Amino acid sequence: MPKEYKTPQLDELEKGPWPSFVKEIKLAAKNNEMANDVLGQLEQSYDERLGHWKHGGIVGVMGYGGGVIGRYSDLPDKYPAVSHFHTLRVNHPSGWFYTSDALRKVCDIWEKHGSGLTNMHGSTGDIVLLGTRTEKLEPVFQELAEAGFDLGGSGSDVRTPSCCVGKARCEWACYDTMKACYDITMRYQDELHRPAFPYKWKFKFAGCPNDCVASIARADCSLIGTWRDDLRIDQDEVAAYADGGLDIFNDVVLQCPAKCMRYDAEKKTLEVDNESCRRCMHCINVMPKALRPGTDTGAVFLLGSKAPILEGALLSSVMVPFVNLDDEEEFEDFCDLVDEMIDVWCEEGKARERVGEFIQRVGMGNFLEAIGLEPMPEMVAYPRDNPYIFYEMEEEEELEEA
Amino acid sequence: MAITIDRIADEMFEMVKEAQEVGKKLKPMDLQKTIKNKYDDVDKPMTKKAIKQLVDSGRLVYSYFGGTFLELPHREGAAND
Repeated sequence: MPKEYKTPQLDELEKGPWPSFVKEIKLAAKNNEMANDVLGQLEQSYDERLGHWKHGGIVGVMGYGGGVIGRYSDLPDKYPAVSHFHTLRVNHPSGWFYTSDALRKVCDIWEKHGSGLTNMHGSTGDIVLLGTRTEKLEPVFQELAEAGFDLGGSGSDVRTPSCCVGKARCEWACYDTMKACYDITMRYQDELHRPAFPYKWKFKFAGCPNDCVASIARADCSLIGTWRDDLRIDQDEVAAYADGGLDIFNDVVLQCPAKCMRYDAEKKTLEVDNESCRRCMHCINVMPKALRPGTDTGAVFLLGSKAPILEGALLSSVMVPFVNLDDEEEFEDFCDLVDEMIDVWCEEGKARERVGEFIQRVGMGNFLEAIGLEPMPEMVAYPRDNPYIFYEMEEEEELEEA
Repeated sequence: MAITIDRIADEMFEMVKEAQEVGKKLKPMDLQKTIKNKYDDVDKPMTKKAIKQLVDSGRLVYSYFGGTFLELPHREGAAND
């Protein structure tokens, strides 16, 4: 019979209309001692305002350096079931598409070998399996592998790549994000499982500028869908939106960051100056039946963002303004460029320095020179803020002579 | 004679062992850089293969302490036995 813990502080987190992790842990605790002891230890932590987890740095599965995050309780006598409480990160399928059978299998494995508690999904995208013992790691890994799953990344490696649902469910996807994500996952298997970088490296694939995976704010390497030709407009649908009561002038035209739209209220037609369009997606989001991305589609390759952990947040910078990732040759070129960037960062980067911080330290000009990429206007993040593009008189003269 | 993966692995193992004896930890990149600087005919894939061999055979293990390191297998300091 498991110990019954009084949890007045945790109980507060069950109140309200939103889902509660406490409610879920209590459900799991009915059949699982680990989940039950988590309740006890967590309540004590809330009382004392003190965490009671110790980091374990060496636990893992044979041959892999990532995928397991070691945790031990510092109160093992009081909460013996959580004396070991390691987390596994499991590589999720591209776009998070599962069959219910596959999910049942993962849950069955986890109830058999772990606490039964999961986090679907972690912020990088992995399936997170919370709480197991050291001796259970190999059996869990073997059973997950038999079910078709592999561990994801952790530590100084390629973290589990993730993508939006892409063309599987979204008509705005400008390239096949799921394929790109899968191909990158397979290509960088060694880097995913055997950490050898100065710090983590995240790939994220977003099918359009809505960036549903928030890649521009947190992925070291972001691929965000875009198009080169004109926005597609269905004027009948524009008129239908107007007839339906949409205030096109105020809600669409005035909200356009590039001010590149003109609306004729009498004719109920919309014009777009495509040269000035910034592909922000606002108008498409408001009038999805009337406006669509163009047909010459691909992705922008950006580099260097990160969420704040050690230093402040960084947004990524454009490296290549347009790459057609659906084209095998261009995909290979993209991978070669990424390899070059990783080599330079590995060679010169400091410990725990993300590639964006590395670029900030050495300067974008030096970084571009090291990877052999020509500067171009699209790389300029802000007007009159381009310290890395220099005018070289000699090069200009050579060009003229040529 | 060209250097073999086995020999690179042995040298890496010795580097980790010596570092650990004086309380230092080495990252995979430290090993790769040292070996590449020492031998002209060693490239990155060879150093990666050597590390894979060391880890797959259990001679070295990965550890995480703010960053990822390679160490000789040992009892985890934080472990509750």
